[in-house]
Amino acid sequence: MTWIDLVILVVKCIVLSLAATAVFAYFTLFERRTLARLQNRMGPNRAGPGGLLQPLADAVKLFFKEDVTPLMADRWVYLVSPTFALIPAIIIWATIPVGMWPDGQGGNWLQLAEINVGVLYLLAVMSVGVYGITVAGWASNNKYSMLGGIRASAQVISYELALGLTVLGAVMQAQSFSTAVIVERQAQMWNIVPQFLGFVVFIIAATAEVVRAPFDLVEAEQELVGGYNTEYSSMKFALFFMSEYVKLVAMNAIAVTLFLGGWQFPGLQTLTLFVTQQYGAAVGNAVLGLTSLGAFLLKVLALSFVSVWIRATLPRVRYDQLMNLGWKVLLPLSLINVAITAVLNVLLPDAPTLTAIISLVVGVIILAVTANVGRPGKEKRTVKLVEIGL
Amino acid sequence: MPSITEAVPLPWVLTLAGALFCVGLFGALSRRNTVGILLGIELMLNAVNINLVAFWRYLEPNVVAGQTFALFVITVAAAEAAVGLAMIIAIYRARQTVNADEVDSLRG
Amino acid sequence: MNTLITVLFLIFAAIILASAIMTVTVKNIVHAALWLISSFFGVGALYLLMEAEFLGVAQVLIYVGAVSILILFAIMLTRDLEGSQNRQLTPRWWIALIVPAALFSLLIVPTVMTHAWQLPPPPPAGQPPAISGAQQIGAAFMREYLLPFEVAAILLTVAMIGAIVVAFEERERRRRVLTLAEQVRLRQRQQQRQQPAPRPEPAATAVQPSEATGSET
Repeated sequence: MTWIDLVILVVKCIVLSLAATAVFAYFTLFERRTLARLQNRMGPNRAGPGGLLQPLADAVKLFFKEDVTPLMADRWVYLVSPTFALIPAIIIWATIPVGMWPDGQGGNWLQLAEINVGVLYLLAVMSVGVYGITVAGWASNNKYSMLGGIRASAQVISYELALGLTVLGAVMQAQSFSTAVIVERQAQMWNIVPQFLGFVVFIIAATAEVVRAPFDLVEAEQELVGGYNTEYSSMKFALFFMSEYVKLVAMNAIAVTLFLGGWQFPGLQTLTLFVTQQYGAAVGNAVLGLTSLGAFLLKVLALSFVSVWIRATLPRVRYDQLMNLGWKVLLPLSLINVAITAVLNVLLPDAPTLTAIISLVVGVIILAVTANVGRPGKEKRTVKLVEIGL
Repeated sequence: MPSITEAVPLPWVLTLAGALFCVGLFGALSRRNTVGILLGIELMLNAVNINLVAFWRYLEPNVVAGQTFALFVITVAAAEAAVGLAMIIAIYRARQTVNADEVDSLRG
Repeated sequence: MNTLITVLFLIFAAIILASAIMTVTVKNIVHAALWLISSFFGVGALYLLMEAEFLGVAQVLIYVGAVSILILFAIMLTRDLEGSQNRQLTPRWWIALIVPAALFSLLIVPTVMTHAWQLPPPPPAGQPPAISGAQQIGAAFMREYLLPFEVAAILLTVAMIGAIVVAFEERERRRRVLTLAEQVRLRQRQQQRQQPAPRPEPAATAVQPSEATGSET
């Protein structure tokens, strides 16, 4: 490795971080506008054409707010925890292939790091992300923040299991931990077909993992004031806000990579081949890079719309419902998914279409059965008064 | 291809692991808080893992035994942490304390 | 390149040891847990330096992502014992200092430094050394180490059930937080018990805090 490679690497890191931040800014605008349309109102449309400058205005507003540190807060931890929250949200992008632009040496310009335990890296960074929330809740020295932090840690531990097991389904399908290989293996068929059950469980568990509606008990404003970030203001609050959204978009990007074919789309190879023959390899690579990046971003946008839609539609779940869903529904479902994938891949290793159809049908049936059986019954709740010393 | 086997002698790694083990041992022996004792034990287990991985890398890099053992140690550590913390919470509920020297009702 | 690796090793070693020492000496138990996390990260980085990629990521995934968060969780559930007026070390902590110090300086360092390690010959130049990676580990778990693997699975299941059983609390025995109306009723009942001839008391009215209005976006 020469120093020029090092410089290129640093530049790539900076570009990726800035891109993640820009995506965050415009995702908030997208969410507010979409949410507004879903609720039959207009949304922010004053700043700039169509409200395009609204994120900038928000940033300026947050900058100029007073930065308050509570007197009884644990000072250092309080100051550091927004960074704890933001860093995992950004470095998670390192192994996601956002496109395919070959650099001529077997590498890919549009993937920062190709490591052969890429998927495990994603899971590890995801699980580190909760520290910011938990530690912020503790350091604020406020009981609402504290409750938010405790809820966050319990929720994330519970849903990490289901998340990891569904990711395992995609890994088994590609027989590799490398994200690049997983995307390449989906050239013929996206993983969503053979892994339909896994995809549905992944989306639910990922929504819970990034503590977003309807699983946003961490910042349930009716119960906990503002949750873990009650005591945070100005840029420190902005960092939390940012980490939440960057994590959400990253989660959608991971879902696209693992289940929706990543940067692939039907006809991509034909297009690339045509352009390469017509105009040479350099132009072919460029076209491949841009179209694949566009396809990836389009898919992420579609999934982001789904998450906004979910937020607009579903009410927040209760805490016991959250735990029941995680441990008694999603965990068994993801285990079943792993079992089905393993059995089918061993029994019918040479018939991917047949395997995919069987597992799709089985997955749909299992989901339908779960949705009907798992519906909460009308259990009677009796309240007993307990004598306490008052 | 530079590798750690040429850059760092094995005794350095082993000394690091030994030092980490001793620090963990001190923590496990000196803390009153049971959670603190648990933290010390986790440090000791990590030191053992460093040793296992170092022996794998320096002595037998093409045999998986070292890494496999380290994974088993991690498994056991996870199980130990779960049960230990459950016990600490149970003790706290019963006695409103987590200090090891105050939970002494079996003392003769 | 080799100096770079040496420097990296020294940095990681410093991080690991400094964080470990902070873990065992710092007063506040939450700070101790945070220093422990830093130490775990250092160990994970050391694994990556030793080219044990799978283990390095597993270290972060399990120790940092699961075990430490569990520890923090337990600390938060057993709160108000972290006060600074509370003694954190045992009275005879200096004995506990002597034992590890003696172990380290009299046993570990002399043994490690004087033992003649039979290192394998370095691989010929230009040819990467054969290193077992994630695939070999997976294959080993399914072949040579199948029985230990199964035993570990059973151990984890048993530990999970055990943890649930130990920490489980009957719903009946749980101290409920009373609502305002229940507190008022309870207080009335206790007052009635104290005074056999109850006088009609003015009904306690709960002052409702003005509802916070405001939407997030």
